[in-house]
Amino acid sequence: MTAEIIVVTSGKGGVGKTTTSASFATGLAMSGKKVAVIDFDVGLRNLDLIMGCERRVVYDFVNVVHGEATLKQALIKDKRYENLYVLAASQTRDKDALTQEGVEKVLQGLSEDGFDYVVCDSPAGIEKGAHLAMYFADRAVVVVNPEVSSVRDSDRILGLLASKTRRAERGDGAIVQHLLLTRYNPARVAAGEMLSVSDVEEILGIKVVGVIPESENVLAASNAGVPVILDADSQVGQAYSDTVARVLGEERPLRFLDAPKKGFFQRVFGG
Amino acid sequence: MGILDFLKRKPEPSAGIAKERLRIIVAQERSTRGAPDYLPLLRSELLEVIKKYVHVDLDAISINVERDSGHEVLELSVALPDGKSGS
Repeated sequence: MTAEIIVVTSGKGGVGKTTTSASFATGLAMSGKKVAVIDFDVGLRNLDLIMGCERRVVYDFVNVVHGEATLKQALIKDKRYENLYVLAASQTRDKDALTQEGVEKVLQGLSEDGFDYVVCDSPAGIEKGAHLAMYFADRAVVVVNPEVSSVRDSDRILGLLASKTRRAERGDGAIVQHLLLTRYNPARVAAGEMLSVSDVEEILGIKVVGVIPESENVLAASNAGVPVILDADSQVGQAYSDTVARVLGEERPLRFLDAPKKGFFQRVFGG
Repeated sequence: MGILDFLKRKPEPSAGIAKERLRIIVAQERSTRGAPDYLPLLRSELLEVIKKYVHVDLDAISINVERDSGHEVLELSVALPDGKSGS
C-alpha cells in the first residue's frame, strides 16, 4: 500500500493554500486516515502556525532531506488527532535546500511508515519549491480566488500539472485535478462585482470540487492555530468538510452559494 | 434596493469585464503553452521578411504549434491586406 500524494497549489500567493492544506489534512485525519502534511515553503515556514504546532518544531523537512534527522524525529504529532502529523519547512535554509531525490526519499519513507495520505502545501509561484511540491503528486487541489490574477495563474498551474509531474512524464495516467474556489462572496457575486462559480468553471474548463465562502472565521482560526475545518459551526468549516468528502468520493451538493437575505432595515435603507 | 439608493451612484458591474478579459487571455496563453521559446522571435523575424514585400502588421501573423499523434506541425498563417497581395 503506497501513500496517495496530494498537492495543494495555486500559483498566486495569498489565496488560501496553507489554510486549505491544514483543513484538508485535518479532514482526512478525521475520517480515520493516517495523514502527513508537509510545508514545502522553505524559508517561509507557516503551516506550523496554522496547525498550531509552531513551538514544537525541532527538526524540519530540510533536515530529513539532508539526513540530519530521521522522519520519526521530524514528524510533529497533532494535538487533536493522533493519526495526523506535520512536517515543517525549514526557516533558515533557502529554497535550493530541497532536491528531487531528497523529496522522493521522504515521500517513500512516509509510504513505508503506513501513511495513507501525504498533503503537500506548495509555496506560491512556479519555481523550484512549487515544482517539487507537485512533481510526485497523484492528485492536486488547485486553490483559486474569484479574481482575475488568481484565475489566470491557476490556468497556468493546471497546465503544469498536466505536463511537469512524474505521472505526466512517465505516462502513468493523468494526475487528478480538483479546483477549489475560496474567498467566495455570494453577495458580491449577486451584485455583479465578483466572478461566479460558473464563470470560473467556464474560463478554466474544470468543475469546482468545493466553494469556500469568504469569512472572518478563517482569520479567527489562524489566530488560534486551529485548522478552520474544526470550526464545525461555521460555513467555512462545513464547506471544507464537504470538500474533503467529495475528494474521498462522496457526492455532496455545493452549499453557501447564495447571498444572505437582507433584513427589513437593510431593504429600506440599503447597504 | 433601499429607497435611499438613488442618492448613490451605482458602479458598473465589473464581473462581466473580468470574465471577458480572462476568456481572451487564457485562450491565448493556452495556445502558446508548451510551444518552443523561439516562437516570438521567429514571428518577429518572419514579419520583417514579409514586410519587405507587403505591408502587414504584427497581428496579421499567427504561429501555432499543433501536436498530432507523434509529430508536431508548425502552422503559420499570414493575413494579407486587401488588394495589396501579389505585388
